[in-house]
Amino acid sequence: MEEKVIICNDLTKQFGDFYAVNKISFDVYKGEVFGFLGANGAGKTTAMRILCGLSYPTSGKASVAGFDVYKQQESIKKNIGYMSQKFSLYENLTVSENIEFFGGIYGVERSEISMRRTDLIERLGLEKEVNKMVGELPLGWKQKLAFSVAIFHQPRIVFLDEPTGGVDPVTRRQFWDMIYEAAAGGITVFVTTHYMDEAEYCNRISIMVDGRIEALDTPENLKKNYSASSMDEVFYQLARGAKRSDN
Amino acid sequence: MDAVSLKNIHKTYDKGNVIAVDDVSFDVKKGELFGLIGPDGAGKTSIFRILTTVLLADKGSASVAGFDVVKEYRAIRNRVGYMPGKFSLYQDLTIKENLEFFATVFDTSIEENYDLIKNIYDQISPFNDRRAGKLSGGMKQKLALCCALIHKPEVLLLDEPTTGVDAVSRKEFWDMLKDLKQQGITILVSTPYMDEANLCERIALIQNGKILSVETPENIVKAFPVTLYAAKSDNNYKLLTDFRNFDAVASAYASGEYMRIIVKDEHPDSITLLKDYAEKFGNRNVEIKIIAPTIEDNFIWLSQKEANH
Repeated sequence: MEEKVIICNDLTKQFGDFYAVNKISFDVYKGEVFGFLGANGAGKTTAMRILCGLSYPTSGKASVAGFDVYKQQESIKKNIGYMSQKFSLYENLTVSENIEFFGGIYGVERSEISMRRTDLIERLGLEKEVNKMVGELPLGWKQKLAFSVAIFHQPRIVFLDEPTGGVDPVTRRQFWDMIYEAAAGGITVFVTTHYMDEAEYCNRISIMVDGRIEALDTPENLKKNYSASSMDEVFYQLARGAKRSDN
Repeated sequence: MDAVSLKNIHKTYDKGNVIAVDDVSFDVKKGELFGLIGPDGAGKTSIFRILTTVLLADKGSASVAGFDVVKEYRAIRNRVGYMPGKFSLYQDLTIKENLEFFATVFDTSIEENYDLIKNIYDQISPFNDRRAGKLSGGMKQKLALCCALIHKPEVLLLDEPTTGVDAVSRKEFWDMLKDLKQQGITILVSTPYMDEANLCERIALIQNGKILSVETPENIVKAFPVTLYAAKSDNNYKLLTDFRNFDAVASAYASGEYMRIIVKDEHPDSITLLKDYAEKFGNRNVEIKIIAPTIEDNFIWLSQKEANH
């Protein structure tokens, strides 16, 4: 039996009489690349905030890395990594300082930080940039560094919120290489994206519409079940009936 | 006469240290739907700002609707509709107020060119009294397009109108552009989404300020010089790693359900060769086939060729 690292049962978040997340249930397995898709305003961000231990659900159950989303938020935060297109690293700290800062925040030992840092810098080929401000790096490098920093403390799960927006295709593919590598090493990857072709990189995909999960399967099965030639078509069939949009 | 024409345009920032636009030339024909496709930092926005006469190029010349961007900038400003990448309408004005404001600035009225915006405006007019700042992303985008069209421009310049917008709104937006094209408006649109390239009549691929290619989407795909193989197995990451260690493989990269493989020497039995190799290394349920390249595959090919130049 595969190990479950995220378990969600009827998870619900209500704001007044508005159901941002409406009874969603799903499991994510260890080492899986799980795509979490939905139109703008479908409730993805709200659900993700709960799973990251940043917001309490109204009802339902969920656990992340074995910790309860109601009672063990702090333990959840220690066992996950997070990266988004908008917030990743401090632009006016150097590459080295960012690694040190985030390593420290996540409680990695000082001696361990300097060992892993040397290794990371070498793997990314950033030897010459180590004392440069992150703000001076090209976007693609920033994103690769941000991902490496997000898994620097070797979390059980890493949450990626639209990690590849705007990056060039070559970098995007290198980025996915890094994701696969992390997953092969046992880190579960939970990712949102607007690129439907990118959704096909995931082992399984869920699609949220108006607060509910309307479909959850492998990309191959989803295409088969919706008689679609691409994920774009599957998404369109499901999401075009959506009543909600973002603010 | 071309609706938009750029000749050897150069633009640098930071006293010449940052090259944003590097000797760019292309033409957009009258009535054409033309896409400028490239990642962030490729130089797309600088090009738009030069064409809308709000930024001066260092070198080169450009014209829009037949007028020179430097000498005849006033004539251009009355003839183009511009939607910048960043939402730039007045957040504190309502939908209707924004539209009226832009109509007045161009010395026209909502009624005068109503036909042009009707299909788009109908979708947002039920919220006429809502402030622009309170609209959803999709609605903001529609309002911005209405405002860019209100003076019936000859040329529409749209800088990344679909970035960050979900797949459904993106599809609707492209449908609107097709309608506008039918009405004779020339459209130059930029996007970082390679899949949107297929919706344009012609595209320019751009990276690091340089144009990689200007062609129809079909011809760009046709110009792909080698056979592209697609492969998958029970464990794609292992398969990818194994192929990268294979002498006969020139490059292997992840690409959704099927990874892409390019071999060093074309061979009629390449599929068998790849499959045998993969199975020898313990990969299960290996599937290998020839696949048609996409715009993205071409973009990668061209940008790597440019880098090795």
